[in-house]
Amino acid sequence: MLELAADKGVSVAESGVDDSPLAIRGMTVSYGQKPAVFSVDMTVQPGAMTAIIGPNGAGKSTLLKAALGIVSPLSGQVTVFGAPLEQQRARIAYVPQRASVDWDFPTRVIDVVLMGLSRQLGLLGRIRARHMARALDCLHRVGMRDFADRQIGQLSGGQQQRVFLARALAQEADLYLLDEPFAGVDAATEKAIIAVLKSLKEAGKTVVVVHHDLATVTDYFDHVFLINTRKVAEGPVAEAFTAETLQAAYGGRLATAQIDQISRALG
Amino acid sequence: MLWDALTLQLGYNATLVAVGATLLGVSAGVTGTFLFLRKRALVSDAISHATLPGVCLAFMVLVAFGGDGRNLPGLLAGSAVSAWVGLLCMNWLTRNTRLAEDAAIGAILSVFFGLGIVLLTVIQTMGVGRQAGLEGFLLGSTAGMLWADALIIAAGGAATLLLVLIIRRPMTMVAFDPEYAAARGLPVHRIDLAMMGLVMAVTVVGLKIVGLILIVALLIIPPVTARFWTERSDRVVLLAGLAGGLAGYLGAALSASAPNLPTGPIIVLVSFGFFALSLLFAPVRGVLAAVLQHLKFQRRVHIRQGLLALAQGQKIYEPLTLRLLTRAGLVRADGVATEAGKARAAKALRDEKRWEVVRADQAHEATAALYDGLRDIETVLTHDQIIEIDRQIGGPQGVPT
Repeated sequence: MLELAADKGVSVAESGVDDSPLAIRGMTVSYGQKPAVFSVDMTVQPGAMTAIIGPNGAGKSTLLKAALGIVSPLSGQVTVFGAPLEQQRARIAYVPQRASVDWDFPTRVIDVVLMGLSRQLGLLGRIRARHMARALDCLHRVGMRDFADRQIGQLSGGQQQRVFLARALAQEADLYLLDEPFAGVDAATEKAIIAVLKSLKEAGKTVVVVHHDLATVTDYFDHVFLINTRKVAEGPVAEAFTAETLQAAYGGRLATAQIDQISRALG
Repeated sequence: MLWDALTLQLGYNATLVAVGATLLGVSAGVTGTFLFLRKRALVSDAISHATLPGVCLAFMVLVAFGGDGRNLPGLLAGSAVSAWVGLLCMNWLTRNTRLAEDAAIGAILSVFFGLGIVLLTVIQTMGVGRQAGLEGFLLGSTAGMLWADALIIAAGGAATLLLVLIIRRPMTMVAFDPEYAAARGLPVHRIDLAMMGLVMAVTVVGLKIVGLILIVALLIIPPVTARFWTERSDRVVLLAGLAGGLAGYLGAALSASAPNLPTGPIIVLVSFGFFALSLLFAPVRGVLAAVLQHLKFQRRVHIRQGLLALAQGQKIYEPLTLRLLTRAGLVRADGVATEAGKARAAKALRDEKRWEVVRADQAHEATAALYDGLRDIETVLTHDQIIEIDRQIGGPQGVPT
């Protein structure tokens, strides 16, 4: 229906999605001549947990980064809770891929989480007891309270990922965007992260996750967004996460057996 | 003589130089730290070499308008302009072409420096040029430093420090995680430019004392030195300022204590001295500490392996293991375990089981991360916790903790 609205040139406001936590229109991103994301529209449902799914190189992370202005798109428009991105930065928390930083950087776990409070601290504000308490509480929520004083390089991959999540929690945002938070983490971390994400959802927050593990989609998420450079499908898991849409997104890359397995899981 | 120099009793000029060098060292160390954390240390080399054409052009302009070609503010302003142009060219090359940053640095550095040398040669063939002493900007020349010169250095250094204080948090965030910083709405590109602008300011201020070829040493060596001593970025900044300031002060004093010792290069060498000491002797990150830790670790592994072998009634053949166990009084010379050895062996085996429980239990995660196969369990858990774990394991409960 949204696409129909766009086709007919009806403005976003008229189609009734103007207060979506994240609305992307006509997003095209290109590294060089080949587009990584081509003319993608996305409307995130408020209070939902949405998975962005697609094969490797399908533009999942790029879409997220373009939505946040980390990479500059060729064209496209992003609104967050009905207003331009730049006005709503404070309401967005982003969890980048773990591999994107140097873990030998001289900083402790608590310092990383305090970065999430940079808006409250300002340029010169002192770190006060209440800031510290909030940062420690966020670490506690991801089960990392005891690690506060460790150097970040001493952590395992999963623990590093949870520190990143704690930093995002410290922002007390309304929209959480996570880039492959479950990639290469241990089972304990996966459980801890999903528990936190579900608690965010229960608190009415909106969560969008770039996800690669098809087997867990139905357990973890209620909405999916399938992408392979272009948008393939979007909607509630029961409608948009089907054998047909997966076949369309993954093409020959997904074994028929896998699709059957997922179809069975979906009932 | 050296004592006189260190206590600033070698006369007016020496005192000015020492104070100026100290301030320069502090601001270079502090500013350079952010460049180092951002992993763009070599950018400072391009910036410093790009100052030369500006110095020369400023001289020509000053002379052409009938002014004094040695006017320091004028020359420094010229150097700042050309360094900024070099910086923008480099940024443009990195952002808008497929050139990697190291290639862009090489290109800018050599082209600007080459242009500067050409202009310098032209100036020296001019009548007024011979006494200009512009080549002093290459390696610094403190002989004729004036009160006004020292003031410029002091003011520039103080202004730089103040700006660093104000934007230290955004600079740290960008250095650690530029993508997250961008997602938070920080203007990453502008913060990078500000950081490099600060580096440029330090470079310009330092032209008179250490010169454009060696200033890079004062920007890079102090942060690298400081990094050996701490795991916190704010402390790296402070320690780098301290190391830089101390190197500036000691270097200036040393060079004043004997005739014909060049100030800038001596400062750099003193700075290197601190670096070498840190490299060798710093705890944890130093070379010596690493060797000692390795040896200590090896000994612990051998003793642990020996104890586990004893507990399981295996014979030990490894000479180092035997030697260590004998020396600790855990086995007799013939390889048979002593009473103490038997007790420790039983404890080692039990600790292995306790660790197994700890590592399987999510509630003990922080403790489990400390597991290295060697650590005694009582160093990480309380007595009550160990009793609880022993209850889970079952079997004989009397094993000491």
